[in-house]
Amino acid sequence: MSAAAVFAPIQSRPPPMAVEGVWPWLRRNLFDGWRNTLATIVVLALLAYCLPPLFEWAVWNAVARPDNAACRAVGPIGACWGVVAEKYRLILFGRYPYSEQWRPLVACLLMIALIVASCYRPFWRRWLIGAWIAVLAAFFVLMYGDVFGLSVVETERWGGFPLTLMLSTLSIVMAFPLSILVALGRRSHMPFIRTICVVYVELIRGVPLISVLFMASFMFPLFMPHGMTIDVLIRILVGFTLFTAAYLAEVVRGGLQALPKGQIEAAQSLGLTYWQTTRKIVLPQALRLVVPAIMNTFIGAFKDTSLVTIVSMYDLTGALQLALGDSNWRKFFLEGQLFVAAVYFVCCFAMSRYSRWIERHLNVGTRRQ
Amino acid sequence: MQAQAPIIEFAKVNKWFGEFHVLRDIDLSVARGERIVICGPSGSGKSTLIRCINRLEEHQEGRLVVDGVELTDDLKAIEAIRRSVGMVFQQFNLFPHLTVLENLTLAPMWVGRMSQKDAEERALQQLTRVQIAEQAKKYPLQLSGGQQQRVAIARALCLTPKIMLFDEPTSALDPEMINEVLDVMTELAKQGITMLCVTHEMGFARSVADRVIFMDHGQIVEENSPAEFFSHPKSERTRDFLSKILAH
Repeated sequence: MSAAAVFAPIQSRPPPMAVEGVWPWLRRNLFDGWRNTLATIVVLALLAYCLPPLFEWAVWNAVARPDNAACRAVGPIGACWGVVAEKYRLILFGRYPYSEQWRPLVACLLMIALIVASCYRPFWRRWLIGAWIAVLAAFFVLMYGDVFGLSVVETERWGGFPLTLMLSTLSIVMAFPLSILVALGRRSHMPFIRTICVVYVELIRGVPLISVLFMASFMFPLFMPHGMTIDVLIRILVGFTLFTAAYLAEVVRGGLQALPKGQIEAAQSLGLTYWQTTRKIVLPQALRLVVPAIMNTFIGAFKDTSLVTIVSMYDLTGALQLALGDSNWRKFFLEGQLFVAAVYFVCCFAMSRYSRWIERHLNVGTRRQ
Repeated sequence: MQAQAPIIEFAKVNKWFGEFHVLRDIDLSVARGERIVICGPSGSGKSTLIRCINRLEEHQEGRLVVDGVELTDDLKAIEAIRRSVGMVFQQFNLFPHLTVLENLTLAPMWVGRMSQKDAEERALQQLTRVQIAEQAKKYPLQLSGGQQQRVAIARALCLTPKIMLFDEPTSALDPEMINEVLDVMTELAKQGITMLCVTHEMGFARSVADRVIFMDHGQIVEENSPAEFFSHPKSERTRDFLSKILAH
């Protein structure tokens, strides 16, 4: 036998340099063959046709002052952002007493600060639960009053953004744990629990949200003992929570099913109990698998709160209708709608970006690097 | 006489998966400190047999006693048995969302009620034992298959089990990594822990096992000492099996 050849690994080299610069990029991406070039030209032409008139309407010819006469004078060639300048407090705070509107403002800022803080993973500690209880209490004290010399503002006068924020936040916060229990229940070995969970999900998913809200608002009181009433806001909140939780439960169940069985067996073989396994092994993995779908449901729930207008509550969209009830400004509904849409968009876009960020953060180490 | 009592005893154990009769009249007793290798064709019930010992599978007929406790539906008894039985899986089944160290401290902290400091100390001891302590802060998927399996062995050892079950621990490994895992298992075998190992690593069986069990169709076909098993198998079926797996 001859002497074995010595194995010498080839040194690793950097990949070939990508050609940098604007022109190479344009060539590669926009003018890559005649088809791509044609498509680029068509799109550019469309933009050239649409954008200038849009810019003229929205910016150049627009009236930003709350000047009704000027708005009417400019007619259809310019936007009347004056409707927003004139009515923004009514749109944002609904029928809440004008002089007291600092209260919902502070309440909303507190709530938003808390939500932002809750998004940050190092803050996921026990004290955060305390912070939630404190801020929710502060929110309701500020909104309702009756203590610290604050005048009473009945819930029926609450409206606009605070109502939207409160309904969506609370229903999501309550629906999330409920949905986890329901999802676990659907996989339970106990037929009774499984049946209850299946019936609940199918029943709620089978009816429109509007029906749930109607039932919560009008039918539920009929079943209550005489003389006993529960504030309509709470009933609506329960309706929202039950509705959101049913959808969310299916999302969570999807995550549970995607988890390899070996994970549970490994936890069991170490002697962990069902709840320890669920808390330490199953949920942390199952939930991070379905972060995009969970956020999808959250965004849906946030926007669905606009349906409370049908039970005579004035959330952001409802308050806009109140504002447009003024015959002087009714003409400019489009601008008002765009404003409200922008508020929704900012919130939803923030949620969507957060979803991507947290997904990346949660997946540290769980993918091969 | 307590010392001589078997640590595991199967008596006429039967199990079905639906209609499929997977374990048939299993009688087996394992002495304390005994090292047993179980082999047999796929579907012969060997994995199911050892999975019954820590009740990842339930048997439907017969008696199964582990460390003096009969396995029934009593959850507390099952949890107690699982604490004294460690298991290593073919697919490692490490928890990918936890670091290596957290994988090891989980059970001591939550099942053994140890403080985090003590649990980490013990975890590092076990990681040193499987020669992988320097990887403690990494996540499982950042390790090679062989390293992952050694972590899995360390994890199972953290509750100081009396019995270790290995379910084809080297079947999912690249050939170059098999030996590093077998070395750890051989080392472990020398230390007197009761071991049941489903494997087709016949070299390991020959050098480590006190007894080799051959299963087919849910039955124990042959029990023998390794020397006898490989040179003079009692049953025709065993001979046939050995000729197939040792042909190359």
